[in-house]
Amino acid sequence: MKTILTEHQISLTIQRLAYQILENNINLDDTVVIGMQPRGIFLSDKIVLALKNILQRQQVNYGLLDITFYRDDIRRGLLIPNKTDINFSIENKKVILIDDVLYTGRTIRAALDALLDFGRPEKVELCVLIDRRFSRELPIQPDYTGRVIDAMVTQKVKVRWKEKDEATEVIITE
Amino acid sequence: MKLSTPHLLGIKDLQSHDIRLILDTARQFKEVLQRPIKKVPSLRDITIVNLFFENSTRTRISFELAERRLSADVLNFTAGASSVSKGETMLDTVNNILSMKVDMVVLRHSASGAPHFLAKHISAAIVNAGDGINEHPTQALLDAFSIEDATGGLEGKKIAIVGDIMHSRVALSNIYLLTKMGAEVTVVGPPTLIPKYLAEAFNVRVSYNIKETLEWCDVANVLRIQLERQNQPLFSSLREYNLAYGISRKLLDGLSKKIVIMHPGPINRGVELDSDVADGHESIILQQVENGVAVRMAVLYLLADRGEAGN
Repeated sequence: MKTILTEHQISLTIQRLAYQILENNINLDDTVVIGMQPRGIFLSDKIVLALKNILQRQQVNYGLLDITFYRDDIRRGLLIPNKTDINFSIENKKVILIDDVLYTGRTIRAALDALLDFGRPEKVELCVLIDRRFSRELPIQPDYTGRVIDAMVTQKVKVRWKEKDEATEVIITE
Repeated sequence: MKLSTPHLLGIKDLQSHDIRLILDTARQFKEVLQRPIKKVPSLRDITIVNLFFENSTRTRISFELAERRLSADVLNFTAGASSVSKGETMLDTVNNILSMKVDMVVLRHSASGAPHFLAKHISAAIVNAGDGINEHPTQALLDAFSIEDATGGLEGKKIAIVGDIMHSRVALSNIYLLTKMGAEVTVVGPPTLIPKYLAEAFNVRVSYNIKETLEWCDVANVLRIQLERQNQPLFSSLREYNLAYGISRKLLDGLSKKIVIMHPGPINRGVELDSDVADGHESIILQQVENGVAVRMAVLYLLADRGEAGN
């Protein structure tokens, strides 16, 4: 087991990701943020908080998306859904999709399908904390990346959050 | 976590955690049904046949909509327009349909135990959509879901089941479900329509006084008088039944608190429910129908997971 990012590094990265999102979306008026259930929402919560602090505004359109019903491996074992909560229209909006780790790309593929059932966004961008870039099974790339990791398929990269696990850190295990 | 049974034959076979899982999953499907595109691809590799050997409007349409909202392929079968009228047995009919690679069977039959019989002979997942006077599990599940919506939970809630308990599969499924989930149940109706040993067999109270029971309960689930299942007169007339056990506006207004009125449909207006009660602000009858689709989606979704489903 090896720690790749500590809690302090993660909080710096989250600040940077928030600023990078704002570079491309100056005031967030036509932008919505969607966190991916179940583990992307810890990151999206923090990015949304950072966006609010930087812009000094209370209101950011922020929703949660669960993709259980859209997965392509649904017959390999029963998957229990989490809550989806998108209480605004994404029609013609710019959507920032946020997840913790981008690995095979299959989750994001399912998320794009799910998202389209809510309307037709103008554009969808992807923001992840960890990009395992040599493990992709679909042509999907992030627009905002916390850290790129070239791990072997046998290795596991885990993002842990204080709210759910014992500590906030990114670790790699054999 | 998964269901502890491969079929949904009755609430009797379910554990309380199964019921919780179905209701929680249904809540996610209810959210799906609020979306602009009310459809998910979860069961696009599954074929479901709706076998209805007995008439139905609500349940059949609700199941079919649930199946289509899950992207399943749907076959509809009604006994009247089939080879059953030429004398084919139910098992032969089902086996013929299953040999065309069907994964799940939704069965409605006038004989109690028909889905249990089928479950012994076929490998496809079976959902009981009502068998005779035995059980109607998805109705009880959607009733429970609607009670949770209206009152915030099931545990400790006081539920009255009113009317024709004897002939009602809805009553039996509701009694199983509500007592498993920790609700208190009182059944109320004329003595001739309440089975004699009900209170001994189940953890329920029996009352013959409608006003007292309504005063006690949080929710009244009012059942249809099932004239088609009665082969001897059990009360003197529909009018007399209405006067003694029908729920009227006057009766509700005389209570010290507001209660929730439910009915599984179809309503005999002016018999068990007066029109101004069925359409009144206490009634959640149409919400029950709406919730039915989400609950049936949850049941089908959870049962479709069988590794390689069907045969």
